Formats: sequence, C-alpha cells, structure tokens
Amino acid sequence: MRVNVKLFARLRELVGAGEFTLEVPGATTVADVWAALVAAHPAAEAYARSMSCAVNLDYARMTTPVADGDEVAFLPPVSGGSGAAAR
Amino acid sequence: MTSATAITSAPLSVEAVLRAVEGPGAGAVTTFVGLVRDHNVGRKVLWLDYEAYAPLAEKALGLIVSEGEAHWSGARLAIHHRTGRLEIGEASVVIAVATPHRADAFAACRYAIERIKQIVPIWKHEHFEGGEVWIEGATADANDEAARDAALKIACA
Repeated sequence: MRVNVKLFARLRELVGAGEFTLEVPGATTVADVWAALVAAHPAAEAYARSMSCAVNLDYARMTTPVADGDEVAFLPPVSGGSGAAAR
Repeated sequence: MTSATAITSAPLSVEAVLRAVEGPGAGAVTTFVGLVRDHNVGRKVLWLDYEAYAPLAEKALGLIVSEGEAHWSGARLAIHHRTGRLEIGEASVVIAVATPHRADAFAACRYAIERIKQIVPIWKHEHFEGGEVWIEGATADANDEAARDAALKIACA
C-alpha cells in the first residue's frame, strides 16, 4: 500500500521533505505508517510522543485505519495565533 | 460579505473580518488582533515565518467558529490567520465576534484565540538575533474535550 505523507515545521526539517509517497506493505493503521516513517527516517522518532496526526484532512488517532492513496499527516505541537505558546 | 474563515499569505484586514460578522442582531462586536512582537523569552525577534497545513487549518478554524456559535446564543465569529514571513508589528491573526450582548462577545473572542492555539495546524518559526527556533505549543487534538473545557474556562473566567 502507498500513502501520501505530509510533514510540517521542525518534523519536516528533520526528515528533509514535507510531502512524499511512502510504500507501507500491509499497513492497516496510522501507527503502521508512523513506524515505516521512523524506520526510513529515524530522526522523526523525536516526535513519537508529541505529534498528532490527520488522515484525509481529519484529525485522527494512531489506531485510525488507513487505505491505499490516503493522505496521512504528522503534526508537531502547534503554535498558531500570536504571543506565547499555548500552556 | 467576506468569508468567516481564511488562511492567507496576504496582509490581514480587520475591516474584512468585521464585515463577516455584521448583522442586525448584533449588539456588540469584539475584535482581537494578534501581532508579531519584537521579543520573546529574552530573545530579540527579527521576524516570524508561519507555516500552515492550510486545508486542515481552514477546517479547524471552521470548527472553532461552529463551537463558538453553538455555545453563545446568537453569536457570529470570523477568524483570519496569516501565513508566511511576517515583520514586527504585523497582524498574524484577526478574530471578530458579534453577539446580542457584550459579555458574550468578550468571552467568545477569548475562547476563539485559546482554541486556535490548541487545534489549528499552524507553526511559528521564530528568527531571532543569533538563530532560529520552531515554537511548539499544544499537541493538536480537535476531539480532546478536556482542552475544549479548558478554553471555555479561560473564556468565562
């Protein structure tokens, strides 16, 4: 199965790309996609506990199912708005 | 009338956001404008670069508008957020809230900015004198009820 991976901000910089296709044989959930990403790019592991994820433009969980051709995004902690980061 | 939500690289217009909430039922309007500041935790900030997952960010802004309009009766919310390089003093986010009565307009506006910081996939890349750093706040989870309650509590304090 192939999924379209999207990465942002520092996670994008650590991996060196913000958008690419990832071959994930036998993947059934977001967790499988993340594991394949970390296997290919060990630096991504730094975000294992703080990132959130989205599948096809909906916030998702690591247990959310994925299908061939899905867009799977991994998001570092967000910091929109202005002023200090959220508490 | 302009769009209630926007993610744009163009300079923000407070007037445009206000126009999105106007209506005969409004008795009060509050606006919030977030600006790029020249200092942060002891660093001299030179400029900020905002990166967004634009389509999901638009959806998240729409969710915040819906939440606010569901919680405060008769409220109308609009939120525009800018992306790209912003200089000191420029507006990064503009919120407008119109409600029948003033107390709700203040509360819903505060709620909106707290929720933006929780769930909108936008990242601030701070360029300061001597380096650069990605600012990281909340792990985004639109379905986290505890985070939503925390924003409501701050808004209604």
